Amino acid sequence: MDDPGDNTRLVGRSPARERLHRATELVIETVIRVCGVSAVIFVFGIFYFVFREAAPLLFGGLDLGQLLTSSAWYPDSSNPRYGAFALIAGTLSVTLLAMLIAVPLGLGAAVFVSEFCTGRTKEILKIVIELLAAIPSVVWGFIGLVILNPVIIDLFDTPVGLNILNGAILLALMSVPIMVSIGEDALKAVPDAYREAAEAMGATRWQVTWRVLLPAARNGLLAAVLLGVGRAVGETMAVLMATGHSVNVPDSPLDSVRTITATIAAELGETAQGSNHYRVLFVLGSLLFLITFLVNLTADLVIRGVKKR
Amino acid sequence: MGVFATSPESRRRHRSQQVAFAVLLAMTVLLVLPVLAILGMLVWRGAPALSLEFLFTAPVRGMTAGGIWPAIVGTMWLVGVSLAISAPIGVLAAVYLNEYARDSWVTRVIHLAIVNLAGVPSIVHALFGVGAFVLFFRFGTSILSASLTLAIMTLPVIIASTKEALAAVPMTFREACWNVGASRWQTIWHVVLPNSIAGILTGIILQVSRAAGETAPILFTGAAVFVPFLPQSVNDQCMALSMHLFTISTQVQSVPQSITYGTALVLVLLVVLVNGVSIVIRSRIRRRRKW
Repeated sequence: MDDPGDNTRLVGRSPARERLHRATELVIETVIRVCGVSAVIFVFGIFYFVFREAAPLLFGGLDLGQLLTSSAWYPDSSNPRYGAFALIAGTLSVTLLAMLIAVPLGLGAAVFVSEFCTGRTKEILKIVIELLAAIPSVVWGFIGLVILNPVIIDLFDTPVGLNILNGAILLALMSVPIMVSIGEDALKAVPDAYREAAEAMGATRWQVTWRVLLPAARNGLLAAVLLGVGRAVGETMAVLMATGHSVNVPDSPLDSVRTITATIAAELGETAQGSNHYRVLFVLGSLLFLITFLVNLTADLVIRGVKKR
Repeated sequence: MGVFATSPESRRRHRSQQVAFAVLLAMTVLLVLPVLAILGMLVWRGAPALSLEFLFTAPVRGMTAGGIWPAIVGTMWLVGVSLAISAPIGVLAAVYLNEYARDSWVTRVIHLAIVNLAGVPSIVHALFGVGAFVLFFRFGTSILSASLTLAIMTLPVIIASTKEALAAVPMTFREACWNVGASRWQTIWHVVLPNSIAGILTGIILQVSRAAGETAPILFTGAAVFVPFLPQSVNDQCMALSMHLFTISTQVQSVPQSITYGTALVLVLLVVLVNGVSIVIRSRIRRRRKW
């Protein structure tokens, strides 16, 4: 029995225990597999349940043309009209201005952290940027409301400081961390041999960055920007609190607007479940889901392309 | 240096290097400064409001006075319940991806789903929570519905960091274990998980900080503007710090500044402290790793 060649004591045990053992293992592996695919189930679940609430209106009388082109958003009137163009314009304008601020800052910081910093400075900068990502969106909204609002009123001499500019500054600060972290990954993925070859030929650090690294990391940086855009389009609380809450197709960055996300957050609580107003908010939610899905899918394909090379 | 720096071309290159450095530095400073300024402002204006009384009493007089205790308790409920749901699922999902799955179209689809789960706007998660948990599964507006919504929203955080932690365990550890006859699960349970526990913990802590700060997903699924009693079970509604900050800064008139700043400061401190813990653990792991 104690023959060292006999390892039944280790793995064999009695046949009954062995079977029990196998069964346990099978159960555990099944649970693990189910958890493994849970993310897929949840994404389908999100689409299904949001679309389910939207469908009766979507296939029962909603004028899609009006939804996308009219800016008459009167969901509560006796003759309700659901024109979401102003909301779409609100989302686009805030996102666009936010990206004008965030893309140079975010990519600049990514280059700085990745190529121009070492050791302790690098660690500290990364931690600060991580903290930037940790600040909750409702706190950003609060900052827009109580800090940026008076600053914008003073600087631009406008009556209201809750506008596109305010929301865009907040969104820029909120979407920068993901740009820096994905952008830094992209730069890190460029082989060191590229840097060494360029430096050996006498290029300065900046020349290496501009002529070699940026072209080589182009796709990864593009993905970083796309993920930032996805963040900005979907952000809710900050824009709800800081963009002024007026349904309006803007013609200047100092105009107040209302985004798709803010509209859902502001109005869902006041609608009767199952009413057309309630359902049109779910239609807007489905639209948001589709937009961010496409943006994220593109970003992922771009990153995937980088990894394959 | 002197020999190389004399030609005009070389000088030009050095100048461009210096300009680039200055510009990039300025950009980074432009990002770092607002964070410090904002944190400073919150501390400066919010700290005077902080007291044991503020933390441990309920709001009174239509939320224009008193403290934030019910909101703190509510946030703890939401974070705790959502963690209890997302931690096991997230860790096991990462185990599947790192230990069982081969690189195939299945893992590709799962990866894509995780990316999307992280990218879906928080307000869409809220709509999902309403459609699925509040209405379809009839959990009503309750801590359970809100926590389920939060759990699904924060799942990618746990999956990503656990996967990273598992991937850092060297393959030789697993091979050694398999060679003495251990099964795949025994190897995971006795070797892989114990060796990556600190990394998994960081992900779980990050989930906590994320869930504590979210507002939109809990707006319509379980958080309430004001609840006169503390929640007794997951079927109750509750207040939450994030929601409370939203309410008192936009919905209620004439709330004293000290209360709004105080609430914002408590929320930020909570999130920053939790994040700080995870950063410390992570840097400890990096320093102590023996392989």
